Amino acid sequence: MEFFKKYPKTFQWLFLLVVFFALCFAIEVPETYKFIRGQAEFVKDPNQSSYVFLGKEVRYYAFDVFWRLPPLLGWLPIWINDSLFFLMNEWMPIEVWNEDTQEYKSRPLVLQISRNITAFMTFLIQLIREVLLGGLETIVAFTSWDWIDKNPWAELPGLPWTIVAAGAALLSYKLSGKGLALFAGLTMVYISIFGQWKPSMQTLSFILVAAPLSFIFGLGLGIAAFKSKRVEKALYPILLVMQTMPQYAVLVPALVLFGVGDHAAVIITMVVAVPPMILLTILGLRAVPPEVIEAGRMSGCNNFQLMFKVLIPTARRDILIGVNQVIMVCFSMAVISAFIGAKGLGFNLLLALNQLNIGLALEAGLCISLIAILLDKMSLAWANKQEDYFGNLTFFERNKNLLFFAATVVIGLILAYIGTFLFKDTFNYLFEIPHNKGISTADFWNKGVDWIFETFFVYIKAFNTWLIQEVLQPMRALYLRMPAIATIVLVVGAGYLIGGIRSALVVCGLTLFIALSPWWDRALVTTYMATFGVIVSCTIGFTVGTLCFQNKHSANFMLGVCDIFQTFPSFVYLIPVMMLFGITDTSVLIAVIVYATIPATRYTIEGLRSVPAGLHDAATMSGVNKFQRLTKIEFPLAFPHMMLGINQTIVFALFMVIIGAFIGTEDLGQYILKALSDKKGAGIGLTLGICVAFIALIFDNLIRAYVQKRKKHLGID
Amino acid sequence: MSEPVIKCENVYKIFGANAEKMLKDSNGNVDAKTFQENGCIVGVNNASFEVSKGEMLVVMGLSGSGKSTLLRCISRLTDATGGKIFIEGQDLLQLNNKDLIDLRRNKMGMVFQSFALLPHKTVVENIAFPLQIKGVKTEDSISKAMDMVKLVGLDGRENYFPRELSGGQQQRVGIARSLAVEPDIWFLDEPFSALDPLIRKEMQDEFLRLQEKLQKTIMFITHDFDEALKLADRIAIMKDGIIEQLDTPANIVLNPATEYVRKFTEEVPREKVLLIEDIMDKTKDNLGDLKVSKDEIIENVAEKILTQEKSVAVIDNDNNIIGSINPAKIINTVFGGRKNNI
Repeated sequence: MEFFKKYPKTFQWLFLLVVFFALCFAIEVPETYKFIRGQAEFVKDPNQSSYVFLGKEVRYYAFDVFWRLPPLLGWLPIWINDSLFFLMNEWMPIEVWNEDTQEYKSRPLVLQISRNITAFMTFLIQLIREVLLGGLETIVAFTSWDWIDKNPWAELPGLPWTIVAAGAALLSYKLSGKGLALFAGLTMVYISIFGQWKPSMQTLSFILVAAPLSFIFGLGLGIAAFKSKRVEKALYPILLVMQTMPQYAVLVPALVLFGVGDHAAVIITMVVAVPPMILLTILGLRAVPPEVIEAGRMSGCNNFQLMFKVLIPTARRDILIGVNQVIMVCFSMAVISAFIGAKGLGFNLLLALNQLNIGLALEAGLCISLIAILLDKMSLAWANKQEDYFGNLTFFERNKNLLFFAATVVIGLILAYIGTFLFKDTFNYLFEIPHNKGISTADFWNKGVDWIFETFFVYIKAFNTWLIQEVLQPMRALYLRMPAIATIVLVVGAGYLIGGIRSALVVCGLTLFIALSPWWDRALVTTYMATFGVIVSCTIGFTVGTLCFQNKHSANFMLGVCDIFQTFPSFVYLIPVMMLFGITDTSVLIAVIVYATIPATRYTIEGLRSVPAGLHDAATMSGVNKFQRLTKIEFPLAFPHMMLGINQTIVFALFMVIIGAFIGTEDLGQYILKALSDKKGAGIGLTLGICVAFIALIFDNLIRAYVQKRKKHLGID
Repeated sequence: MSEPVIKCENVYKIFGANAEKMLKDSNGNVDAKTFQENGCIVGVNNASFEVSKGEMLVVMGLSGSGKSTLLRCISRLTDATGGKIFIEGQDLLQLNNKDLIDLRRNKMGMVFQSFALLPHKTVVENIAFPLQIKGVKTEDSISKAMDMVKLVGLDGRENYFPRELSGGQQQRVGIARSLAVEPDIWFLDEPFSALDPLIRKEMQDEFLRLQEKLQKTIMFITHDFDEALKLADRIAIMKDGIIEQLDTPANIVLNPATEYVRKFTEEVPREKVLLIEDIMDKTKDNLGDLKVSKDEIIENVAEKILTQEKSVAVIDNDNNIIGSINPAKIINTVFGGRKNNI
């Protein structure tokens, strides 16, 4: 009894666990239950139960309510689908003038709007693409095909790759310095020589359209949320879900609304890229010291002047960090959008992976990674750049970079012209190296992969079998063995113990949504894979982080490595694991582990670093040794921050598990992939995405509640 | 005397959800405790005072005493919950947004504790900022700002960014910016509190020099009693939102109104604060040859007076004898019992 009084929390947790296990053992597995593949596909089966809601019939395999809840939300995806269909095809027809047939045609409003947006986006992408690569269509948009036929000279010529490369190097030089300039130049040369120029420029043009638009919308909404509590409250839940929703899942509704192609990809990229911009705008504006705002007011600023002359310039750095985020999200979307037909590097990567041509995939992946690092470093350098005063500069000094650029344009043009003589019979390599006509190392890599397979196949296979049979299968079976009611009790109980009644209610709502959707079993599989990944990642991350923290240089090095790895679009991680482990669950899990270890490591180092130096000294003066200092001082203080790292790890792991469906897993992700190729997939894809987001949000809620409490307790903020 | 530049009548500032209703119900009798129990915090409690043209009123109080809140009510950075504030006879609380902006653009300047400079603008651009906001042409505003740069002694650094300046220099920029539109009313919110003691003293002297030249109407906020004594024409001492005493420095030192004020005056070196006029006797008999001006600080003339045997004559600006002072009085003032009035 004494013990319980002393540790009431421990007792409560024990009680919760006892109840959980009691429920698990008390509720038998129904005889008919097996993990049924076709469960949510609404097939007519005499054994199925069904109900009708809002005119939609939902069929499902009925179990005891304690074992699995009936899919009472099963109508939701169907209903979303039908509503979308209705909006697109029937709602509010308007008369539209048709140029080609010279007559009015009736068309639904939403369809017309989406057509107009689509046309606008297509035009923008084409414009930039043709500036970079050359083409006709921009000019056609202003004139007509007939006009082009009569004036064959009218064509955007495209920029020679030499000029783009030099331009990138010069811009990098201006933003950061020689190092980055060299890196930018080499990257561009590499891309060109290895024949990836065209897809790279296609991807780049995609980003050049999506990023500025996302920036404008994000900034605008951020300002609105900063100014009005109501707007913020309305936006906040959407932002939360968008941040945890797998990018995959957003693609599906975009397909329905905007069709297949670059334009749809740009629009959906904006949907994904705007939330981080909004968040960082709000954060930046909040961080402006109140006295600066007062100084602006006392200078007689009206609201507009205050916002654009005081607040935004003062918050410049945070807002530009937002731009960095936008660019990175756009880039990773540019890759994933290949699934809905966006051209560029992602498309080539997808194609190569589909053909199991690891060598080609590796080349495309390397290009993607290099461009990602370059874009990240450049935008960060822009954010961190501070203007300096250099006294009275001459005209040449002030316009140095512009003049240099003009010179490179001239030189590039001359080179391209010379090229027309040098390479008369082949391609003009000084103008543009066509796709896959550069140097290719694909064969080398393919042979390497073959060699690895031949040499190590036995070991890899043995490891694979062991992992699947001894670890993964039992774990999966355990997860599926949990009765739904027991899971809910466990999660809600944990919510109550950590964050009180409010947290318990939020978590309960999120869990119920998943439990009542038709995909509870799939969600369990997703969670099991993510859990496995998170446990391994955190173990590795904490160990590596702690070890690296012992030395300042190794810590900095590790943070740098994390920075670089984090810029890679998640899809890229699939290449090396497929290379080594082929198409199995193990591949996915290893990709998950590699990807999710990044935040675990980063947050460990950052958390340990945030321990105040004074405490460090105080501990040393009390005579602790290194180990004692770590366990008694640094870990307890860094723990809240490390928990936030686990939070990130979970989100990363979930993203990767979902993308892993591309290799072939049996979880929610596979259904999302399926929805992508299904005409009626929009509702399913969206609901599935929300399910995944909710899994992440359950953990997010619990961890945040814990961290907040703990931080308050420790008095750190 | 003409109309006061700043006039406050029963100003209240109460933070909280239903502050206004509670203030109405309390009938002007605001008790901080009962308000706090109802979730309201009293910032300023029934402040009434006037500041006349060219006068410097220093508001002194510890942190949380409501002095900054009072200043923000008068500059209307926050709206007062109750009471009336007049700026040159204009009812401040009745102004609409446009008039308020006009007032700030032309009549008010403010200096902040943390300098509050715009990080993306150079020194001269920061100073020109209020002018440009007003709509002055760029060249005109820059040339005007350059005058200000010279006034605060920052010539040669006009193209630096704030982050490249020391704290004292940054505050010079803040001062120059607040003076750029040539305001009549000058608000200073703990302008020197963030500076090192030596720099602080230098800036105070600089500030006095400027004020001598410009003769603005000033409200100066500080938590440093010595600073208040050094600068003020009159001092208002605040505690828990209430003005405990509002008087000249000498009167506050000599006649503290409350126990709270007395605690501040205890450690004050009187010979550095008080003038001869403050301690002289009205009698004019038995005078020696030495004459001292009534406006001298005691410290400066104490040695001279102490060597005399007879009383010393005190004269005014026109050389008329208006009183006397004997050496014993000086000794009594400097070393005498602090608890009793002299």
